Amino acid sequence: MITVNDLISFGWILLKIIIILIPLVLAVAYLTLAERRVIGFIQCRIGPNRVGLRGVGQPIADALKLLFKELIVPTPSNRYLFIIAPIVSFAPAIAVWSVIPFDKGWVLANVNAGLLFVLAMTSIGVYGMLIAGWASNSKYSFFGALRATAQTVSYEIAMGFALVGVLLAANSMNLQQIVLRQQGGIWHWFWIPLLPLFVVYWISGVAETNRAPFDVAEGESEIVAGFHVEYSGIFFALFFLAEYANMILISVLASLMFLGGWLSPFQGIPGLETFFAWVPGIIWLGLKASFFILLYLWMRATFPRYRYDQIMRLGWKILIPITLIWIVVTGFLVELHIPPWFN
Amino acid sequence: MTINMILEQIVFYAAAVTIVFAGIMVIGSRNPVRGALFLVLAFVASAILWILLEAEFLALALIFVYVGAVMTLFLFVVMMLDINLEPMKTRFVRYLPLGLLVMALVLVLVIFAVAPQHFGTAKYAVPQHASASYSNVKELGSVLYTTYMYPFELASVLLLVAIIAAISLALPSSRKRRLQRPGEQVQVKREDRLRMVKMQAEKKILPSRKWLKKR
Repeated sequence: MITVNDLISFGWILLKIIIILIPLVLAVAYLTLAERRVIGFIQCRIGPNRVGLRGVGQPIADALKLLFKELIVPTPSNRYLFIIAPIVSFAPAIAVWSVIPFDKGWVLANVNAGLLFVLAMTSIGVYGMLIAGWASNSKYSFFGALRATAQTVSYEIAMGFALVGVLLAANSMNLQQIVLRQQGGIWHWFWIPLLPLFVVYWISGVAETNRAPFDVAEGESEIVAGFHVEYSGIFFALFFLAEYANMILISVLASLMFLGGWLSPFQGIPGLETFFAWVPGIIWLGLKASFFILLYLWMRATFPRYRYDQIMRLGWKILIPITLIWIVVTGFLVELHIPPWFN
Repeated sequence: MTINMILEQIVFYAAAVTIVFAGIMVIGSRNPVRGALFLVLAFVASAILWILLEAEFLALALIFVYVGAVMTLFLFVVMMLDINLEPMKTRFVRYLPLGLLVMALVLVLVIFAVAPQHFGTAKYAVPQHASASYSNVKELGSVLYTTYMYPFELASVLLLVAIIAAISLALPSSRKRRLQRPGEQVQVKREDRLRMVKMQAEKKILPSRKWLKKR
């Protein structure tokens, strides 16, 4: 029944999962350090630099601290849901990575409807916050959960429409196909014909991950820490991991869909193209994603938090109309075969 | 039987059992929020079944639309309502005979309609697995926008009308509405809100000094 070949292919898949997961978790850990250092730099502070050489041991020390902390489950809380909530928020944040291509053919599952899969998984993530806020049985948590839900639902629409534009332009929902359609150098990437959608996608991506200036779900100055007030130790760490994994995901997706993913920016430029031909695609993808991650940190250090009604206004009255108009424009661009993108 | 078929069956039975269990818990759980969460679980499990049927678009749309949007809004409302269903549910037992009767009728109906003898490999060809290049989304789209163009457009217009109707029903009349005009708010100048009053500085004599002077 079960042959050796099956076991080998099974083991191969497991190995691939590990190859994706370990760098991801490391990236998340060092993103926290990068965030503190970058924001420290922006605010003329030093940031953590004591653990190890220039603070490289800081994320590991933080992780150990969180692991050894006591897990507290509040007595009036809804016990099962309280424990399920961090898992619900962490699992989809990890599962999405199965369809993300890191280079040509470097993908765990080459799904045809990859874009939809990404959207579906990110939309499940909000349940973690919602359940956490409700199960904690605390007013602050509940406020955080309600804010998070309303915000995510509103911005999901704008995000979905931005992705509709991308799949119109790429004529495919497969993430690899989307990247391959942008071949031919920096002027062939989708960021030019889809510039408004690119901006909308980025803004709603920041809102979707509940990062500053859209972090009303946590809102330290208003509702303490929002939905995860009551969580401690590793439960809290799971929420934290999910949030940062989602940040990296949004950055990688933005570079896949609008900045040509793993494609070299020097494509089509004589001389430079051959000079940089040895660089593997994953490096380019990493650099592009790092740019967006830096943008996340930069925005956090720069902008004050939005007022809640302003968030709703921006989502419903500005971003959604822009996407609606630009989808029609994209349709025309594709139908009229406007070079160099759609010939 | 290859390992793929075994895995497929494991996934199928796990999802099927989950759907039935979640479905029972939706009506069985005392707490409305927990009931709604079990409904979410049922949706996710049925999405897994649809994935097994290679209807990936429908499965993902089910998660994206129903789980991601509809149920979150539903939960949003249910969580904010402070309803305690327990006192309501304790008196449900008196409807048991009627409920059993209805259940029996529905069961008979379902057995007649979808009995096993209507199905099986004898009536239909064994469904084959689609090839890896088969795109469910493309297939669905090409049918939806050609053969079923008019029903599809009509349904979407109907939905649009429903949205507008719902909004106009819920919207208070223009006199009662309090609108924010961000454009005006942004353009406010200092002069609109603030009045600088120039006045002579007064010489104030502290009480202690006054007392000193008198002396």
